Amino acid sequence: MNIPTTILTLLAGITITLLSLWLGQNNNLLPIAASDNAAGVDSLFNAMLAISVGLFFLVQGLIVIAAIKFRQQPGDESDGPPIHGNIPLEILWTAIPAVLVLGISVYSFEIYNQMGGLDPMDHSAHMKPAAVQVAMQTDAMAGGLLADGTSADPNRPNFAAGVGAKPGQMDPADVTVNVMGLQYAWIFTYPETGSVSGELHIPVGQDVELDITAQDVLHAFWVPQFRLKQDAIPGKTTQLRFVATQPGTYPIVCAELCGSYHGGMRTQVFVHTPEEYEQWKQTQIASGIETEAIAMAPPSDSQSDGEFLEPFAEAMAMDMSPEMMHQMHAGSSHS
Amino acid sequence: MQGSTADTETMMNVAGTTAVDHHADHPDFRIFGLIMFLIAESMIFLGLFAAYLTFRAVSTLPEDQMPELELLLPGINTMILISSSFIIHQAEDSIKENDIKGVQKWFGISALLGIIFLGGQVFEYSNLDFGLTDNIFASTFYLLTGFHGLHVLVGVLTILAVLWRSREEGHYSEESKFGIEAAELYWHFVDVVWIILFILLYLL
Amino acid sequence: MTQTVQENLPGSSPPPAHGHHKPTTWKTYFTFCEDHKVIGIQYLVTSFIFYLIGGALAVGVRAELATPQVDVVSRELYNQLFTVHATVMIFLWIVPAGTGAFGNYLLPLMIGARDMAFPKLNAVAFWMIPPAGILLIGSFLVEAPASGWTSYPPLSLVSGQFGEMCWILSLLILGTSSILGAINFSTTILKMRRPGLQLTQMPLFCWAMLAASALMLISTPVLAGAMILLSFDLIVGTNFFNPAGGGEPVVYQHMFWFYSHPAVYIMILPVFGMISDILPVHARKPIFGYKAIAYSSLAISFLGLIVWAHHMFTSGTPPWLRMFFMVATMIIAVPTGIKVFSWVATIWGGKLRLNSAMLFSMGFVSMFVVGGLSGVMVASVPFDIHVHDTYFIVAHLHYVLFGGSVFGLYAGIYHWYPKMTGRMMSELWGKIHFVLTFIGFNLCFMPMHWLGLQGMPRRVAEYDPQFATVNLICSIGSFILAISTIPFVVNAVWCWVKGEKAPSNPWNAISLEWQTESPPIPTNWEGDPPLITDPYAYGLKPGRKAIGAIRGSDLWAAKP
Repeated sequence: MNIPTTILTLLAGITITLLSLWLGQNNNLLPIAASDNAAGVDSLFNAMLAISVGLFFLVQGLIVIAAIKFRQQPGDESDGPPIHGNIPLEILWTAIPAVLVLGISVYSFEIYNQMGGLDPMDHSAHMKPAAVQVAMQTDAMAGGLLADGTSADPNRPNFAAGVGAKPGQMDPADVTVNVMGLQYAWIFTYPETGSVSGELHIPVGQDVELDITAQDVLHAFWVPQFRLKQDAIPGKTTQLRFVATQPGTYPIVCAELCGSYHGGMRTQVFVHTPEEYEQWKQTQIASGIETEAIAMAPPSDSQSDGEFLEPFAEAMAMDMSPEMMHQMHAGSSHS
Repeated sequence: MQGSTADTETMMNVAGTTAVDHHADHPDFRIFGLIMFLIAESMIFLGLFAAYLTFRAVSTLPEDQMPELELLLPGINTMILISSSFIIHQAEDSIKENDIKGVQKWFGISALLGIIFLGGQVFEYSNLDFGLTDNIFASTFYLLTGFHGLHVLVGVLTILAVLWRSREEGHYSEESKFGIEAAELYWHFVDVVWIILFILLYLL
Repeated sequence: MTQTVQENLPGSSPPPAHGHHKPTTWKTYFTFCEDHKVIGIQYLVTSFIFYLIGGALAVGVRAELATPQVDVVSRELYNQLFTVHATVMIFLWIVPAGTGAFGNYLLPLMIGARDMAFPKLNAVAFWMIPPAGILLIGSFLVEAPASGWTSYPPLSLVSGQFGEMCWILSLLILGTSSILGAINFSTTILKMRRPGLQLTQMPLFCWAMLAASALMLISTPVLAGAMILLSFDLIVGTNFFNPAGGGEPVVYQHMFWFYSHPAVYIMILPVFGMISDILPVHARKPIFGYKAIAYSSLAISFLGLIVWAHHMFTSGTPPWLRMFFMVATMIIAVPTGIKVFSWVATIWGGKLRLNSAMLFSMGFVSMFVVGGLSGVMVASVPFDIHVHDTYFIVAHLHYVLFGGSVFGLYAGIYHWYPKMTGRMMSELWGKIHFVLTFIGFNLCFMPMHWLGLQGMPRRVAEYDPQFATVNLICSIGSFILAISTIPFVVNAVWCWVKGEKAPSNPWNAISLEWQTESPPIPTNWEGDPPLITDPYAYGLKPGRKAIGAIRGSDLWAAKP
């Protein structure tokens, strides 16, 4: 009947370990991974989740067991044992978390590097538009807290960090799209075709660079399925560079509070197969003038968001007339 | 009640010698408190200086838009403020000898120098060819010097308050000199901040 | 050397005469009173009222989020609700309750002082809070701030000048109050200890307050600087943070987070201290690793100052900066882990009295662990890029600040209520309160982790319908949480008037604040306060326990 405590502890330890490892792999907590960055982020998340689940069950288990096993018995007014500490034990629980977080740091650094997050640190390696070199210059010169141009020349754009080229990736991106956030829409300009749209169209499997900026207030460009997010800052350009790996349609969400319609500032990214993309590009070139019109009235884009905005499409159309938008932007740039 | 109901080896030991009289209260910790306050104050300035340096590092403003600053008047002002710091220090020696007249003299001169400094700053403001909202450097210039000027004003008012109180016989003495020490410490603080500010704004 | 308590007392000074201390009645609490105990209770009650208001605002937010559409409140009002909710909860509830209320009430009692170092300053610091709170909440009558509690420009410059200005002024007043408080706490701890009491003999709450005071002194002024610059942008038309005029919005973020990240530790450190003091009493076991816990508070305080930019991983900060702040943030897990493991080791093998204070303390440890673990996750830059500004962050911060700070504050209230009021609280209602809070809290915030991971951003009044069910669950949780305060308020108010009279040391505790009457007399002790060099000396010998049973009055009963 009496199983020794050591055996029980061992069994509990094995159970917790197996449970955390299993949960780390089979949690299904993240949406589908649709970019080449996502796999790294997901494996990092899974590793951290496994460690967290293990520690969580360890601490919770100890607390629950203590609450059951060590609760005061009726009539027992005596104290517990006078244990003031245990130096080896304390060293152990200082060292283990230290090793764990250092491991996670190194792992995160590695993943971040693979994503291209360190790219703006090392621009001399590859030739990029002048803007990027300004960023490099800044890092070296100012060593400041902001990564953008120190340049006194107003013609050179301000450049801020984001997620750039992956290590060893020398060429410029296959597709570049300029992204502009404004209250309360995203505008995508395609320098290749000169067309403008309220939704993002990109080809699957190709290297895409988004140059993101904002017109009025801070916004943040987020595609959960890409695991990528970057603030859009007025007067600066930030960058996201990635390869979409799964054709499909994914939401683009504004993740930085930008005003009352912040929750409605959503659109979609269409990841096309190469043929679809080519087709889409042709229609864009053909109807370039029409898309221009869409850009002038960004709010109407939001209506095309379909079911999500349907319930209040009417309200938005009313509140968000082009005149209104114009006023708002004029107002914001004044103050 | 005698007996060892309480074993006081480690946990409890009532020392009976130190009398804590609540009315005499405790030693005067006000200078210590003031130092804590000045740490907080210096953090405001540090924050503003850091913001200024960052603006300088990252701003895309063309060079010719940087405000042109005259050095002569602020230079004189700097000398005035630094010398006032030495002068107010003399009051410390006076009060050690219970020499209230001496304190009044040194404090009076310091206050006067402070007022001259403020006057100089107002004069400088009125002769600048840029305004508060012209650009980010004009704004930071006015904000930093103005915020410091506010501190000089508070310092001058403190010195004047000490002077006012010192009219009363025996208000300050060798033992009771918190007001004098506090005003002096504050004045030194204002002085040090100005030196850093002068270097950052005018010299760099 | 064995001495009895009584033998020493006749040598002590006569009880000081107290002309200026009138007996404390309910009216005293509405006056400019300099007694630290009165001020502590003023802080506690005031901040709790603000907590109820902030909670009501949160219920408004959750009611709106019960469905994906904008229906309960307008978009504009929604933004005002969450902005004021966060500001109230941080600046008017947790900070004043953790530092102001418990710091003021307990510090002098724990270190054997008659009062704080600067009683008048203390009263001034308290009386700044009600006007600031009224200003902030009163702004709803005209136009409340609506740009989030972070108030990032340029949005904060265009989202309503009146509300924004109310917010700035309110924060400046509260910040000043907090700085004045910190001056008092640090001077009191460093200078006012009873003669003979070493720093390493203080209860751990004092260490935690010392660490928190340092943060308040160093970081709060920088927030004030940011507020000054922001108000100039807002009113005078300068362009410090407005990119339209050549300003740098990211500089504001740096200044803001230089305060607001340490603010998290200002909110959690005092609670860490309280938990370290509550667990040993009810576990009847010494605190495990006193020095490790004390020094880890200082380590957290120091590290807390150099991690602020982890709130800005998607803001356009340079990569090397992100890497530095990631590693620094991760390292905070080490001192925090030391505390958590020490607490668990403290209760392990004890004789746990599972009363309300203990339940909330253990609830604190288990909930805080969740927040701490998700904190390590969001410190990792690649992962944070995905979850930044999502409901994952909302979940994380509530596990730290509600599951952490608020659970701890509740534990503190249950634990020190008898000392503060001289009455016992009802244990039954305390347990009901705990169960409701625990269930409501987890129901409300645990699912938010999933929401954030799946793609729901924070601060939205409307959201993708695929999140409807989970959001409804969160909202139900929040309503349970709102209801859970009712038994507490009834219990606290009722027992204050009609509760069973509390003995001076109902928990049989060793630390100094229990060795006097409940509530303590205005001078805290007649004669000298006892010198307690080990406030955690539980479980020495069966006979030793008697020290806990000594009533405060016994200590001076033998006086001639």
